[in-house]
Amino acid sequence: MRSFGKILILSLAIMIAVITLAPAFWMVSASFMPAGEASTFPPRLAPSKFTFEHYVTLFTRLQLARYLINSLVLSVSVTMISLFFNSMAGYAFAKYRFPGRDRLFRFLVAEMVIPAQVTTLPLFLMLNKVGLINTYLGVIVAGMATIYGIFLVRQFALAIPDSFIEAARMDGASDFRIYWSVILPLCRPILITLAIFTFMGTWNDFLWPLIVLTDDSMYTLPVALANLTGEHVQDTELMMAGAVITILPVMMIFIALQKYYISGIMAAGLKE
Amino acid sequence: MNHTPRARALNLEIKSLRRTAYFFLAPALIPIFVFFFLPALAAFILSFTDFDIYSLSNFQYVRFVGLKNYLQLSSDPLFWQAMRNTFYYVLAGGPLAIVASLATALLLNSKLIPYKSFFRAVYFAPVVTTLVAVAVVWRFLYHPRFGLLNYALGFLGLAPIDWLGDPTWAMPAIILMSIWKNYGYNMIIFIAGLQSIPQDLYEAAHMDGANAWQQFKSITLPMLAPTTVFVSIIAMIGNFQLFTEPYVMTQGGPVNSTLSLVLLMYQQGFRWWNLGYSAAIAFVLFGIILLGSLLQAQLQKKREGQ
Repeated sequence: MRSFGKILILSLAIMIAVITLAPAFWMVSASFMPAGEASTFPPRLAPSKFTFEHYVTLFTRLQLARYLINSLVLSVSVTMISLFFNSMAGYAFAKYRFPGRDRLFRFLVAEMVIPAQVTTLPLFLMLNKVGLINTYLGVIVAGMATIYGIFLVRQFALAIPDSFIEAARMDGASDFRIYWSVILPLCRPILITLAIFTFMGTWNDFLWPLIVLTDDSMYTLPVALANLTGEHVQDTELMMAGAVITILPVMMIFIALQKYYISGIMAAGLKE
Repeated sequence: MNHTPRARALNLEIKSLRRTAYFFLAPALIPIFVFFFLPALAAFILSFTDFDIYSLSNFQYVRFVGLKNYLQLSSDPLFWQAMRNTFYYVLAGGPLAIVASLATALLLNSKLIPYKSFFRAVYFAPVVTTLVAVAVVWRFLYHPRFGLLNYALGFLGLAPIDWLGDPTWAMPAIILMSIWKNYGYNMIIFIAGLQSIPQDLYEAAHMDGANAWQQFKSITLPMLAPTTVFVSIIAMIGNFQLFTEPYVMTQGGPVNSTLSLVLLMYQQGFRWWNLGYSAAIAFVLFGIILLGSLLQAQLQKKREGQ
């Protein structure tokens, strides 16, 4: 009876896994099919012969390397800058006393209700005035620091004992030195989690780069891909290859660091 | 007392600590203020102006028009269509996604399942994928003739559906895709919630002869209620911001059946350059999200009061 239940429940789990993986499997498979083969009936699950031609086309004729570099540069800069700024502010909110601290923090947390879409219109006008439309910096400024990031670091830093900081101060360490060599190493787990969140969020973001990056050569991968689907509607296999390239980097990060990613979400969910 | 050297030194130290705190805060708070808080405030003002393509070149053409944009919205059939579509997506897609998340969380929490972390990673994988790429892939999966989905339906003896071309099916198609993409996220939160339920509750119920269903109904569900409320409201707020899926898959069509509020805002603002009108749409969205958040705060307060 027990082993019957075990088989039943395991096959259910496998079935859900198959359904979950099917679109990704088909995407990869179709990206290696000769042109036109993904548009046949009945649908093919595997290519009749493997071809890399669509990947070659993407990187030669359609300058995908350019978009890949744009996406990488933007995601890495936003991650590094915001990690640095958010961790400093989170530490200050957790461990320094200054007038109005708690009120300021509560105000910031309340601001989190504002959806980012609300800010896009005036932000576009503002960047337009100072000539930052269609630049990397225009994309970066919107993500230089985040309230959510400050919040996560603060919650984590609150648990660091004051005695660590005082001991370092006794040894003559400057405030920045304490932040850099005492606080940052202690905050490692939350910083890794935050770095993954930020990198993936920036990589996958669509609306803001779509608005700010007006010139083809500045597009990020998602914007370029959305643009390509308009022009290459018939080239299913080519589009699938583009989707594979877009997803691959975030997938690899997820597989390598999933422990941090998943525990980060669990912690955020339990805290409420 | 402030005159003793010791007190003065202490005073100086407090002052310098305060300065250091500001030094640490400024790099984060200045960009948040300039690039988030100010634009949000400006958007509110913008929604009371007639800012359009002419004002773009010269701000002097901007005039205050009071509530005109909001009044115009209230009589714009396209706006109401976008409202209906967005609510359709939120009210049908949200609960279905929660059920999928809860069901898979229960499955993976079962003692009978081996390779738990493997299944967990597989179920979660769609969450980290790029939405634009996913939408591109699903557009082909939904192809009426060559798509995998209709092929699978054929095995079940069902007639092919023109998923993205039929106004009745386009929104369900987007909902189905977003459930596939997102269920893993809330599944993780539900698993965390399930693991925090004390095991002795189940042991006690088992001693009293409660079967699995009774245990689920009188222990698991009530203990998960706070998590469910939290997860539902967060999901609801996110779902109101529907944009990328219709942008990539349907451009809001067919016959505006997948036009969402944010897509309408984008079209009005960045395609037709009616920025004042577009800002009014953004603020309607903000109002809805604010209500949702207040509801959550209220429910949370009520629970803490108990």
